[in-house]
Amino acid sequence: MSVIKIEHLSKSFDQLEVLKDVSMEIHDGEVVAILGPSGSGKSTLLRCINLLEKPDGGSIKINDVNILEKNVDIGKIRKNVGMVFQHFNLFSNMTVLRNMTYAPVVVNKLSKKEAEEKARALLERVGLSEKASEYPSRLSGGQKQRVAIARALAMEPEVLLFDEPTSALDPEMVKEVLDVIKSLTTTGITMAIVTHEMGFAREVADRICFLDGGYLVEDAPPEEFFSSPKSERARQFLEKIL
Amino acid sequence: MLDFSALTGYLPTLKNAVFLTLEFTVLSTILGYLLGIVLSLVKISKLRPLRVFADVYTSIFRGTPLLVQLMLIYYATPQLVSYQITPLQAGVLTFGLNSAAYISESIRGGILSVDKGQWEAAMALGVPRVRLLMNIVFPQAFKNTLPSLVNETIALLKDSSMVSIIGVADTMRWASLVQAKTFRAFEAYIVAAIIYYVLVMALTYLGSRLERMVRVSD
Repeated sequence: MSVIKIEHLSKSFDQLEVLKDVSMEIHDGEVVAILGPSGSGKSTLLRCINLLEKPDGGSIKINDVNILEKNVDIGKIRKNVGMVFQHFNLFSNMTVLRNMTYAPVVVNKLSKKEAEEKARALLERVGLSEKASEYPSRLSGGQKQRVAIARALAMEPEVLLFDEPTSALDPEMVKEVLDVIKSLTTTGITMAIVTHEMGFAREVADRICFLDGGYLVEDAPPEEFFSSPKSERARQFLEKIL
Repeated sequence: MLDFSALTGYLPTLKNAVFLTLEFTVLSTILGYLLGIVLSLVKISKLRPLRVFADVYTSIFRGTPLLVQLMLIYYATPQLVSYQITPLQAGVLTFGLNSAAYISESIRGGILSVDKGQWEAAMALGVPRVRLLMNIVFPQAFKNTLPSLVNETIALLKDSSMVSIIGVADTMRWASLVQAKTFRAFEAYIVAAIIYYVLVMALTYLGSRLERMVRVSD
């Protein structure tokens, strides 16, 4: 069953057409890596899925509900679609624990005690139990991103979107974050990951979606995409990167 | 040549005068902050007519002298709405309205300085806009704005001396009266100056304590 179904999506910023015509599906429990040269619209596509950007045309269905309809409750969609950002975006005025309990309490109406128990369990899972009462400014980039992932998981979303989760990290911190993301693939959560980490995409993704110039150029299993890309664009891209 | 003993008879009234200065400052600070917060929200809102109103408001109150505003509100109110406004009301209203214009600009700047990513992260978690503003944006904006808010309160304290002109028996008025009665200008005004200075230093100290408190997350 497809959790996300995107059809003929388009989005422009002023004169710049970033997404021209993108259609794709993401199935329940699937891990999809979205690749492409910079400026190809990867991040914009991802940000459209939780309406951080408002698409100009087409449709996005999440569990068969078109989220671009006027009467749709955006808040309800967003709490079901978590997002991890390139720059972490932890709330700087809140401790790690509060970062993770805030939305579950405010949005999901959990009790503070429940939310804290869950947050501590998640912190343990990302290996940061001892940082619960620290402020984000005291964490390294890798630690911040692990907290950000845990914060998104605390909402128990059905879908998790990653927008270049390791692009702002120092090289030695990339692995710890990728390991956490990798560990999530066993939980059955649906994930869409915009990334430049080709090895990671190849290893973790069930499918590769290759974007270029605002179009979805290729949609294939990783082995196929990396060993014998069908399009000339993808071939050129891979030549430059690998 | 200097004779401070001439002032001793006026010390009991000085206590009331200082109290009035503080009362003015506190009341107009409260009014200024409240109005300033509302105005800053209007300035970042999506409703254009409201934004225009807030901009015109700020422009008028920053573009005319405080003393003129005080005179207008104190002397023209009875004429226009036949309500005999008291000097205290006129003073607090003028100073509150005036400082709201400055404070709203500081707070607006503070809000805009909050990283866009903080808004996006909260939105992505489904946090409603009001909670987002209250729990995430305002606390961070407040931290950025605090130094200029402390400055504004200090300015209000010093500017409150203007209410002596409309007959409020504040610290400044006390000095004028003592000078008139004792012909001791230096003694009277230097006492007033020292009192204002001590009060400003106390505010500065409180401000820096507060700043340290809100910087725990840095």
